[in-house]
Amino acid sequence: VNAQRRELILLAFLLLGYVLVGSISPSFFSIKAVDAIWHDSVLLLVLALVQMPIIITRGIDLSVAANLALSGMLVALYAKNNLEAPVGVLLLLGALIGAGLGAVNAFLITILELPPIVATLGTMSVYRGLTYVVSGGQWVNSQEFPPALLEFPNARLLGLTGLEWISLFALLLAWLLWHQSRFGREVRALGGNPTAAKYVGVMEKPRLALLYTLAGGVAGFVAVLWVARYAIASTELAIGFELQVVAACVLGGVSIAGGVGSVFGTTLGTLFLVMLYNALPIVKISPFWQTAIVGIAILLAAIVNQSSGKRLGKNILRQESQT
Amino acid sequence: MKEARELPKARAPFRVWGLLLRWEWILLPLLALVMLLNGRLSEFFWDPYNLGDATFNFSEKGIMAITMALLILTREIDLSVSSIVALCSLCMGLVAGRGAELPVLVLVSLLVGTLAGFLNGFLVIRFAVPSIAITLGTMSLYRGISQAILGDQALTQYPQSLANLGQGYLLEPIPIAFVVFLLLALLVGVVLHRSRWGRQLYAIGNNPEAAKFSGIPVERYKLILFTLSGTFAGLAAAFLTGRISSTRPNIAQGWELDVITMVVLGGIGIAGGTGSMLGVVLAVLLLGMISFGLALLNVPGIVANIFIGALLIGAIALPPLLKKLLKLGRK
Repeated sequence: VNAQRRELILLAFLLLGYVLVGSISPSFFSIKAVDAIWHDSVLLLVLALVQMPIIITRGIDLSVAANLALSGMLVALYAKNNLEAPVGVLLLLGALIGAGLGAVNAFLITILELPPIVATLGTMSVYRGLTYVVSGGQWVNSQEFPPALLEFPNARLLGLTGLEWISLFALLLAWLLWHQSRFGREVRALGGNPTAAKYVGVMEKPRLALLYTLAGGVAGFVAVLWVARYAIASTELAIGFELQVVAACVLGGVSIAGGVGSVFGTTLGTLFLVMLYNALPIVKISPFWQTAIVGIAILLAAIVNQSSGKRLGKNILRQESQT
Repeated sequence: MKEARELPKARAPFRVWGLLLRWEWILLPLLALVMLLNGRLSEFFWDPYNLGDATFNFSEKGIMAITMALLILTREIDLSVSSIVALCSLCMGLVAGRGAELPVLVLVSLLVGTLAGFLNGFLVIRFAVPSIAITLGTMSLYRGISQAILGDQALTQYPQSLANLGQGYLLEPIPIAFVVFLLLALLVGVVLHRSRWGRQLYAIGNNPEAAKFSGIPVERYKLILFTLSGTFAGLAAAFLTGRISSTRPNIAQGWELDVITMVVLGGIGIAGGTGSMLGVVLAVLLLGMISFGLALLNVPGIVANIFIGALLIGAIALPPLLKKLLKLGRK
């Protein structure tokens, strides 16, 4: 109940912010502006939808952006030499490379039993460095990509862009996987109470391994969308983006302490961030304020999440002795 | 009860491999090896002036690693340290623009850092939010304030006295920043390993709830540690700003990861309650020397990160693996 109320509060904030910005600049109410926010939020949304279950299990994947850069660069280099390669093949290739990189995380976390924050901090450095090595520090520019690849993220079908269609499929899949399937319930159980989950027969390691591999695969898939949309692949690709992904989750009510989080909340968190980015120039706030405002939003969200959730380390003894 | 933790090791029987597996004894030969390799790479490596100058690129991070070690030891983390450096550097730049000299600048930096650290600690304690979430937010906030005020500009009007602090030597080849790092590590190390306060920090890291019930003011300690982390970041900011004599919005960006790597490589367990200050100092030196050696080889910084990331993973994965192998061998 608490989690749902929190999502409603966030939704109210989102709408309030939208109306406020819109009242300053009515163009914000246009279909075109909504379309732009939606289109802009897709890459972040898809990544946040797999970061969410990881945070639910009390883990974190800091290597998403570096994984994205390495997969994106490898696919870009492949596409550069195979201009006839169909987009579907490139997407599949990206997902496979990403899943391989994610499997490395899974190996470190489940077999070598490293804490997720340390393992993914390490692979983040390694993947980013490898991106430089495979590319020799060179960029892959827009002229070098297959034209079909560059077209499809912005191409429209029934009025929606390619990216927007992908976000719809991603939302549907995420809802089925995290809210309707047995795997989703097991993940939630692992995050809510690992010990209890173990006693009812949920094996932690295979689930975590699958989760981190899946997160890697999605990062690799998004990588292809990323290089296609921005028409460039460089070593700096998506640098620091992992923090935005985590921020979108935290804003969406996913608790860092584990066990709590939903597709709806994560979507709201993502939209809130992207709307903020789009609104700042409209309300004539220098875009240089963006980082600070996002910081305040994360702080508020984290505090609100926690105060309506469980409190840790309650001193039961003292209360008993006082009464 | 959340998880069963190991029994205290204080009275464990003496074992030879227990001593051999002390983390410091792995870091020390590694450090020696890297130094020897560096010596092979460049005939000038062992020159005292060269060795002194080699310490410039890690002393500031080392200072921040000292307090980060204390935080991780007590199961907390501060992701905002590098953003605090940016905020402190910004404030120094603004004050220096009005003609302030060295003492005022350092004081401003320490003050701003302390306040920023206190805010972290206050939010973590008051709202009982995991520190990773709070400091993720303040990391964005502090960095954002610097970006908002600086825009795409840089502050470069610093007095020579500050440059002398950041680039200067205490005794000809020994830089001030390096000496300050070692002295602070020694001071904090003695408090950590030889005083009641230090033992209480280990107690908090081993089991915060048990520590609370045995009368340790856990929250006050944590508040002090977060504040101190800010102060040390302020000090690092003074050295860094002096050394490069400029403040850009991206100053020290990403350093939090380097600092955390130093601490974890130094043997401070991320689960809390284990590790020593000596290990952290050795890890700071080791990482500094590896970066220096790779620079001698003309390896770009971003490629050097591959080694550092792999080292971080190896450092944590290896000891449990070795222990398992030894256990198998004993059977």
